[in-house]
Parts: sequence; structure tokens; C-alpha cells
Amino acid sequence: MLGSIDILDADHSAAVAPRDTTCDAKGQSAARTRRVTEKTREDSAEWVERIVRIRDNKDEAAFVEVFGHFAPRVKAFLMRSGADAALAEECVQEVLATVWNKAALFDPSRASVATWIFTIARNKKIDALRKQRRPEPEDLPWGPESEPDQAEIIGLQQESEKLGAAIAALPEKQRDLIQKAYFGDLSHSEIAEQTGLPLGTIKSRIRLALDRLRHAMDQR
Amino acid sequence: MTTMKITHHLTDDLILGYSAGTLTEAVNLIVASHISLCDECRAAVESYDAVGGAVIETADTVAVSDDCLDGALALIRKSPATGATSEKKRRNDPVLPAPLLDYVGGSLDDVKWRSVGMGVKQAILKTSPEATARLLFIPAGTAIPDHGHNGMELTLVLKGAFQDEDGRFARGDIEIASEDMHHTPIADLSEDCICLAVTDAPLQFRGLLPRLVQPFVKI
Repeated sequence: MLGSIDILDADHSAAVAPRDTTCDAKGQSAARTRRVTEKTREDSAEWVERIVRIRDNKDEAAFVEVFGHFAPRVKAFLMRSGADAALAEECVQEVLATVWNKAALFDPSRASVATWIFTIARNKKIDALRKQRRPEPEDLPWGPESEPDQAEIIGLQQESEKLGAAIAALPEKQRDLIQKAYFGDLSHSEIAEQTGLPLGTIKSRIRLALDRLRHAMDQR
Repeated sequence: MTTMKITHHLTDDLILGYSAGTLTEAVNLIVASHISLCDECRAAVESYDAVGGAVIETADTVAVSDDCLDGALALIRKSPATGATSEKKRRNDPVLPAPLLDYVGGSLDDVKWRSVGMGVKQAILKTSPEATARLLFIPAGTAIPDHGHNGMELTLVLKGAFQDEDGRFARGDIEIASEDMHHTPIADLSEDCICLAVTDAPLQFRGLLPRLVQPFVKI
């Protein structure tokens, strides 16, 4: 249902420049995208499977693997959001313990494991670093389905992989901008100010990635 | 809830900020309340969350200490056995969405209204101090005096509707008024209007009387 993701892998000026001057950069970028896609495709299904093992079997080996991959990522996220190393580790433990305790609430037809863990870490950041409550939206009226459809799960997971690959394939400066928006306090407009990138370009790039994802979710 | 026609939505900056966790508590509250009524913005937030997940996957990592895993396992063994017990119970209130029910501690009947004149009532909700969240009750047909803003004002309609220079706002609609905007919202004649309003700075009233009253009603 999705075409190429190269809308995200070239910067704006390259995209409008004559083809012959940009084919090298585009070629490299596409190769990189493929590598990332192949790698994450394998990973994504495996992470879902590990969460299911935690949910169904209280499988500690699966948890150790999830911890090994995500703990250093969550720690980096929390430290870039302003936590010192000690507080960040304390929060990492709580975030991963939450993954264990709430494995039954993970819905693989709605989010990737990385996305789910991101939301838990984001909430922990607000709670621990800013000492604030996090108002959560009302649950959806139809609620999480007990056993989501396998095709939906695969579709959503593949969509998430493509999004990850698209972000990985961004030129470093642009990838850094998107990261700053999530780690720090940068809004779209502040990102534009800091980099001189036209706001419309940033927005349309993020939006294109999001539209694809939203489209995938609308197909439920 | 999905049958409503919401025409005034959140901005990208608010959706991104909510997903990234960079907004103040009062603003988070109004965003969560709007999302509870608006499928379109809910989908947008989930999409931004997905970008957050991809960002976590692609960003640099920081190694954790050797005993970090043991600490997490110890936490797990300490925590009570759970199943789906941590799942939130769904509550229904025809006016207040779940995030607001949490903040008023019950239902619409539990709101502790205080009169601010002209039949208008308000209830300030307890949030962190960088921004203020208040519920407003505006009797049908009443106008809120012409005012400007020192900062941002977000208004989410929960019941009834109001009209101002920017258009008509009904249940689920959110109005985002910036610093330079002056407006005189008037509640519809047919129904009393209940709104959630979030401000990150005091309002500025043009008339003399509201200015005199302002310190006492904390608008």
C-alpha cells in the first residue's frame, strides 16, 4: 500500500535540482534506506514477539533482550531531556518495569514496540523530571481488541519500519532537528529559526511521513 | 462522540508538543481533552508518537550501568501481579471528557463553581503554575467582555457554543488565540456554554470595570 519512501531521503533543494547532479547522493541514500529497512523489518516482528512472550509467559529471557536494546535508548532520551545519569538510570528501570507490567496493554496493531516504549518514557519524563501529572485522553469507545488481526499487526509494524528507515535516511542535520523536537523543547517554528530551514519544508517532511502512517492506521 | 463535526483543531506545534512531552500541564490537559473528542487529532498524535518511536530507534544510545538490569528485575519482582488490572475504567459524562473528570474529581456536579459576575462562573483546576486551566460557565446569550491576551489562550467548547470574530465554536472545537488577538466571545442564545480555557498569562480587558474586578476573580 506504500510506495517508495524517498520523499524523505533527499533534502528539499536536491529534490528540485536537476537529476544528474543529485543521483550520487540519492543512490547512497537509497542504499542506506534499504539497509535500515532490512534490518528493522527483522527486528520489528521480533520485538512484538518478545513482548507477547513477556505477556503470556512472564519470560525473563525475552525481557533481558528488550532491556538490552531499549534501556540505552531510553537513557539517552532521558539524558537529552535534562536528566542526570543517576536519575536517568532510575527512570530507565521504572520504564522497563512498566513494559513488563503493562505488556498486556500493548496493541501491536496500533504501535510498534519502540513507539510504545517511547510513550512510556515520555510519560516518565514528565512525571520524574517535571513533577507533573500527564493528562491522558479518554480511551477509545471501542477499546483495544482482545486479539488484533494478524494482517493489521504486520501492516502497522511494516509502516513503523518504513518511518524509522525514512528518519535514518535523512541527512544528518535534518535527522538531528527531528530528534531535537522530541528530546528537547523545540517546536516546528523554533526548529526553523535555529536552522534557517523553511518551516514549510520541515512540516511537509514530517507530515508526509505521518500521513503515510495515519493512512495505514485508517485502514483498520 | 464520533458523530460530532469538529471544525477547529489543534495546531501541529501543540500536537508535536503533546507527543514529545514538552507542554505545560494545563496545556496538556486541554490537548488531552480535545483528543478525547476528536478522532482526527487523536490520529495525528498517534502518528507523532510513531515518529517518537522511530526517533528513539535511530538516535544515539547511552550505555546503562552493569546493575541497571538487576534493578529493573528487582522492581518487577516487587510489583504486584498484574493482568489487565491496570486498564483504566471507562467513565461517561455527557459534558466532561475523562481527563477533565480526573481533574474535577468526579462528574460535572462536582465542579466547584465560583461566580465572576454577569452569571458567568468559573472553576480553576489544579495544575502546575506555568499556565492556568479553568472551566467556564457562560449563560446563554452572555458576552465575555472584549479582551486581549498577554500570552496564549486556548478555549475548548464542552457544551453549547460561542461565536466571536474568528467564527463559531461548538462542542469539541478549540480556539487558539494568540497575543495580538482581541475578541468578544458571545455564547449562543439557545444553550448555556461550558468551556475549558487555558491561559499562560493574564488576560487584558479593555473596559474599566472588568479591569478593576480582574484581580479578585483571577481571570
